[in-house]
Amino acid sequence: MAEHYKPVKYKAWEMTLEERFQEYHPPLSDREAVLEANRCLYCHDAPCMVACPTHIDIPTFIRKIATENPKGSARTILEANLLGATCSRVCPVQELCEGACVMEHDHKPIMIGRLQRYAMDYAQQKNIKFFHQGKPNGYKVAVIGSGPAGLSCAGELAKLGFDVTCYEKNKMAGGLDTYGIVVFREPVEVSLAEVKMVEELGVKMKTGVTVGKDITFKEIVDSNDAVFVGVGLGSVPPMGIPGEDFEGVVDGLDFIAETKTEKLDTIKFGNRICVIGAGNTGIDCATIARRLGSERVTIVYRRSEAEMPAYHFEYLFALGEGVSFMFLTQPVEVVGANGKVEGLKCMRMDLGEPDQSGRRVAVPNPGSEFVIPCDMIITAIGQKKQSDVMNALNEFGVKATHNGYISVDPETNRTDNPKIFAGGDCIRSKGEASTVAAVQDGKIAAAAIHMQLVGIPSPNKKHIEPVLSPVV
Amino acid sequence: MANLEIDFCGIKSPNPFWLASAPPANSAYQVQKAFEQGWGGAVWKTIGAPVLNVCNRYGTIDYKGQKVIGLNNVELISDRPIELNLREIKETKKNFPNHAVIVSVMVESKKEAWQEIVKQVEETGADGFELNFGCPHGMSERGMGSAMGQVPEYTCMVTEWVMEVATKPVIVKLTPNITDIVVPARAAVKGGASALSLINTINSIMGVDLDSFEIKPNVGGKGGHGGYAGHAVKPIALHLLSAVASDSEVQRARLPISGIGGVETWRDAVEFMLLGSTSVQVCTAVMKWGFRIVEDMIDGMSNWMDDKGFKTCDEFIGKSLPRISNFGDFDLGFQTVARINPDKCIHCNLCYIACNDAAHQCIDMKTMRVNGDMAATLQPVVREEDCVGCDLCSKVCPVDDCITMVPIDTGRPHITWNELTKKRPEVLQWDKMEEYRKEANIHIH
Repeated sequence: MAEHYKPVKYKAWEMTLEERFQEYHPPLSDREAVLEANRCLYCHDAPCMVACPTHIDIPTFIRKIATENPKGSARTILEANLLGATCSRVCPVQELCEGACVMEHDHKPIMIGRLQRYAMDYAQQKNIKFFHQGKPNGYKVAVIGSGPAGLSCAGELAKLGFDVTCYEKNKMAGGLDTYGIVVFREPVEVSLAEVKMVEELGVKMKTGVTVGKDITFKEIVDSNDAVFVGVGLGSVPPMGIPGEDFEGVVDGLDFIAETKTEKLDTIKFGNRICVIGAGNTGIDCATIARRLGSERVTIVYRRSEAEMPAYHFEYLFALGEGVSFMFLTQPVEVVGANGKVEGLKCMRMDLGEPDQSGRRVAVPNPGSEFVIPCDMIITAIGQKKQSDVMNALNEFGVKATHNGYISVDPETNRTDNPKIFAGGDCIRSKGEASTVAAVQDGKIAAAAIHMQLVGIPSPNKKHIEPVLSPVV
Repeated sequence: MANLEIDFCGIKSPNPFWLASAPPANSAYQVQKAFEQGWGGAVWKTIGAPVLNVCNRYGTIDYKGQKVIGLNNVELISDRPIELNLREIKETKKNFPNHAVIVSVMVESKKEAWQEIVKQVEETGADGFELNFGCPHGMSERGMGSAMGQVPEYTCMVTEWVMEVATKPVIVKLTPNITDIVVPARAAVKGGASALSLINTINSIMGVDLDSFEIKPNVGGKGGHGGYAGHAVKPIALHLLSAVASDSEVQRARLPISGIGGVETWRDAVEFMLLGSTSVQVCTAVMKWGFRIVEDMIDGMSNWMDDKGFKTCDEFIGKSLPRISNFGDFDLGFQTVARINPDKCIHCNLCYIACNDAAHQCIDMKTMRVNGDMAATLQPVVREEDCVGCDLCSKVCPVDDCITMVPIDTGRPHITWNELTKKRPEVLQWDKMEEYRKEANIHIH
């Protein structure tokens, strides 16, 4: 997407609040889509397809756009990825399919993400139902968490004839797709339409039900033939610095969720904001704040630009939105008065030796402290593990990785309890957490559950690995 | 989902998509792989007379960044041993009993030779024959291929020879390299053919290299005419198909037609079928992308049929054929004028220059305020009273639905040229024509 990123001159005063929160990329027109699709070489054993974690047959879906068969195109996408509409909007395509496009080197890569969205929008607008609930096979599966991993697993299982119940603690299903993706990247309706599609496959969606509180893990494990855990991660952890309980210090994920669920003009935000953390969530918070109307938004990050975890295109996006960055800056204290935030005290850092992750560590410069005056601080320094879930699952023999994620066999996403499977961010002990990886986790688990209970490979198995020609 | 099965003069096929007799249908490996990927049938690459091939067999037309808009070739009929071909045909039919396996044949113009090869092929269990009367290069110089197809008497004679011994349906494949394709089509009907297929490739030279002065394709410094195929030939194929399909003798004989020539997508296939093809044959698109294109052809056609409410192919085969007419039968009273939507106009002014230089000078550039924009822009506007409705401006406009041709009623009588000249033959004189124009409210500047 970086190649196609058009920095719009952001003139807040010329746009209404609603306009600022419209989807950032406009949909492709029919003509644009067909022209772009015809640029695709229709490679055989295409690298884009291998690079897609869900192995969507990208050349085929693009060819179907080129031949003006958008319905067939949408089917090709959804057969490999039930959440194709969300993925077309949120995938870091330049890291995945578009990054692998053979046209990457001496041409512009094909706009795979936007073409996928074109096909998905068509199917959505026409309200086309591609899949049906499979013939009941008598097995019951519980899915805990209705984020992309849970939805994908539940949907695939329902297609295969399983009786699936999905438990979601929030009011709405969809997990981070519903609550955690900035609205100008994905409107909430897109995620809710995917939830509806999965429900229409026969999945019983129980929202507002917290497993471990409203229903016990034991009840779920005992009353189902298999359980899939896709609970994701928790809230942003505390920074561990003085003053972080001042009014005006907010959890970044909560801040994003508010813009997804509340009326935009009711959202409280500061005029001078510090966002702590330079990951993709930090970028989201900062750009949302700008679009809400904050005049000064600063991302504070203890290492440098080279180490920041945000995608490069997100960094460019934030710069275009007028967000400023303070690198090599470590927050040390929230400064406040009368219980309210008044500033963020920071210390200047320097780069030291690389740490275990290969990134150079930030070394403090004592005595370099200074205060950034601000009236709101948004924390976006990662997410906590759901330790209560981990502890509960432990009693069923489910083991954790060294760093606290749920441990699974990557071939099947089965935990150490053969009845319990897991996927999504809660198993992502290494590598990038993403919607598309979570979708694939759900698919892998669904295929494994089918194999384990029904005893034959899932008919959808070909979508688990890319189908490549045999090497001769 | 729609049913794509077809019955082609008794040859059953799960769908109308067949490989044409060409390099993709050269071997059991290829044909069986194609069937596995969804092709409904294949016409085996022509077997018959012994041949030797040359190197650099293909020339292509690449157009503005798109490769292989058209493809020509100087490859001959199958150069594989005939026994091997027959063995592989037999094996293929045995492995795919429900697919259409048709064998293209071509031998020298001797009755015994034709009848012998037909008998040999019959033993393979293949579903039918296609007589290659169309190959325009290499074989034609030896008196075969298009040399036969261009002489209706030969077409009829050889068809008769084959029909004497064939127990399976016989398709006669026609060459486009002839003034009127209906004549050999009728000759095939007269010879007793079971079906027709068209078109074979078109005589062509693909180009000349500006540096080396060599002909494309270049065979060791020399070049010559080859057979042109691919998407570029589709309009020619559609015309010849419609000419044959709407011919009274062909219609009376009720011969099914297999359409060939530039079929690349399901949309192309639907067009061929609307103009009377029962099946379509594909080569160039497979040569460019492989057998896998058939998945979208099946999917796209099936989706289209569902949208249109067609349950079987029979419901739309030939549906547009009654609309094929002649200029003399067109309605002279049907009038349109171009309208440019200023809200969609991007001000490329291509319509203006096309109309001004190449049509009837009826688009003006007017200073206008568009879209509430305070700044005035130069906007192309059609002077409708002078617009002849030629449609050139809308054809060159790059924006969808910006220029539309709007039907209008100018009070002109709805009469055809044939009716007019029958009723008033004097209009063939200019002065009388002028009188008629005045009367009919036709003003030409």
